[in-house]
Amino acid sequence: MKTLVWVEHDGKTVKDATLAVVTAATKLGEVDLLVAGSGVDAVAAEAAKIAGVSTVLTADNAALEHPLAETVAPLIVKLMSDHDAFLAPATSNGKNIAPRVAALLDVMQISDILSVESEDTFTRPIYAGNAIATVQTKDAKKVITVRGTAFEKAAAEGGSAKIVSTDGAGLEQSVSTYVGSEIAKLERPELTSAKVIVSGGRALASSENFHAVIEPLADKLGAAVGASRAAVDAGYVPNDYQVGQTGKIVAPEVYMAIGISGAIQHLAGMKDSKTIIAINKDEDAPIFQVADIGLVGDLFKIVPELTSKL
Amino acid sequence: MKVLVPVKRVLDYNVKPRVKADGTGVDLANVKMSMNPFDEIAVEEAIRLKDKGVTEIVAVSIGEAKSQETLRTALAMGADRAILVVSDEKVEPLGVAKLLKAIVDAEKPDLVILGKQAIDDDNNQTGQMLAGLLGVGQATFASKVELTSDSVTVTREVDGGSETEKLSLPAIITTDLRLNEPRYASLPNIMKAKSKPLDQKTPADYGVDVTPRLTTLKVVEPPKRTAGVKVADVDELVAKLKAMGVAK
Repeated sequence: MKTLVWVEHDGKTVKDATLAVVTAATKLGEVDLLVAGSGVDAVAAEAAKIAGVSTVLTADNAALEHPLAETVAPLIVKLMSDHDAFLAPATSNGKNIAPRVAALLDVMQISDILSVESEDTFTRPIYAGNAIATVQTKDAKKVITVRGTAFEKAAAEGGSAKIVSTDGAGLEQSVSTYVGSEIAKLERPELTSAKVIVSGGRALASSENFHAVIEPLADKLGAAVGASRAAVDAGYVPNDYQVGQTGKIVAPEVYMAIGISGAIQHLAGMKDSKTIIAINKDEDAPIFQVADIGLVGDLFKIVPELTSKL
Repeated sequence: MKVLVPVKRVLDYNVKPRVKADGTGVDLANVKMSMNPFDEIAVEEAIRLKDKGVTEIVAVSIGEAKSQETLRTALAMGADRAILVVSDEKVEPLGVAKLLKAIVDAEKPDLVILGKQAIDDDNNQTGQMLAGLLGVGQATFASKVELTSDSVTVTREVDGGSETEKLSLPAIITTDLRLNEPRYASLPNIMKAKSKPLDQKTPADYGVDVTPRLTTLKVVEPPKRTAGVKVADVDELVAKLKAMGVAK
């Protein structure tokens, strides 16, 4: 099988999410990458070094600076004439683009796969991760999104793929236009790739407390900062901090849940973490049923003490 | 201006799903079912657009006959009429998107607002597939919608922040959680909803083949986490963190 992998990038470098998808793709056969964007030479050169990649296809066009699904889906469909599968990371971009590609190819997408069982069989979580389904596809072409935390990252160095320019010219924005974006400034590690995550919940009670209590601990541990939906909805932190079924799915080595009760929607986003540590004053909080290490008590006393002792 | 809002009947989000012992799926017998939470947000958004030029809201559901209850909920919230496409077989997002395309072709809505994903299959595909089949613009994971007579400007939640796009009408929008806070249907409105029109159709009426492309071989419970330990104080926690190599 020959697979085409969507390269997630920010115009400058390849994002980590891509590497896990390459690992999934190598289980299916030969791997080609697609770098779509505007002025993507540097990204393509970096992508060509990823181990296990045969060819890096570039689609370089001003219309692709902000790759809208409407613009890139027809391009991918064209490239699929000589590929058997299209794989994208289950990021907001991948989730936006891949189903449109699938519909244009008249195939059923397999979302957010956790494993490749064989060429046509995959596992994926359903019901907020409360069940794992093994699904087999009858479609000749496959469109798949990959859960980044479920696969090892392919080595970013060591490969020497050839770079081939595809017909990125002649692309035009049609029905939709990009207006602008607001990307939150992050001085800490990115949530989805962090080794350690410190997450705060409703019990923090205010944005000030969140910054004063959670962030110093995160900085002490070199950790990314996450949040439950309750903390986001209450406005303590921006919504891209949210971990859960409707936010980001993470699987760090250590996940510290502070003042988070552990609703199933939150657990769906973090229960594959290697070690879960919970700090909560309610000893019956559901989070303690999944936590490897629990500490019952007032977070406003415990967390500053913990920070000072590290 | 007409808005179409597809809604799905799913296991209530507060219910913990139980995997059937024979591995065929999740047990849905005698459990509470509700409207998919993202679809409630879609219905709410359509209603809020009523003072921005929207004159008619059509709610659609595809599934077993009981999905009628879900449509009645949408009608009680403020939708004007409903279409139920009855299928006892499970219809996959691709089939749903094809049925919705047929309904869009017949109804000619200016906007279709869907939830970004259903909390049972967690697919996050239908809206994008529908947009692809129709060849119209898509704004997924919407957190803000501004409608004018010929376009819609949508702020979308993306990894790292938000992004704004402007789409020509007709267009497809899928809702994220933060778009709005859905209203509760009042008792008088629930009563009134009982007399609002609800058309029943079948996939065959639209000439759409909804044969599944995917076969579910088995459904299992996720690996259980082993029981943890509770530590007594911060010093003990610090020692554990050091033992794991997380702290120096």
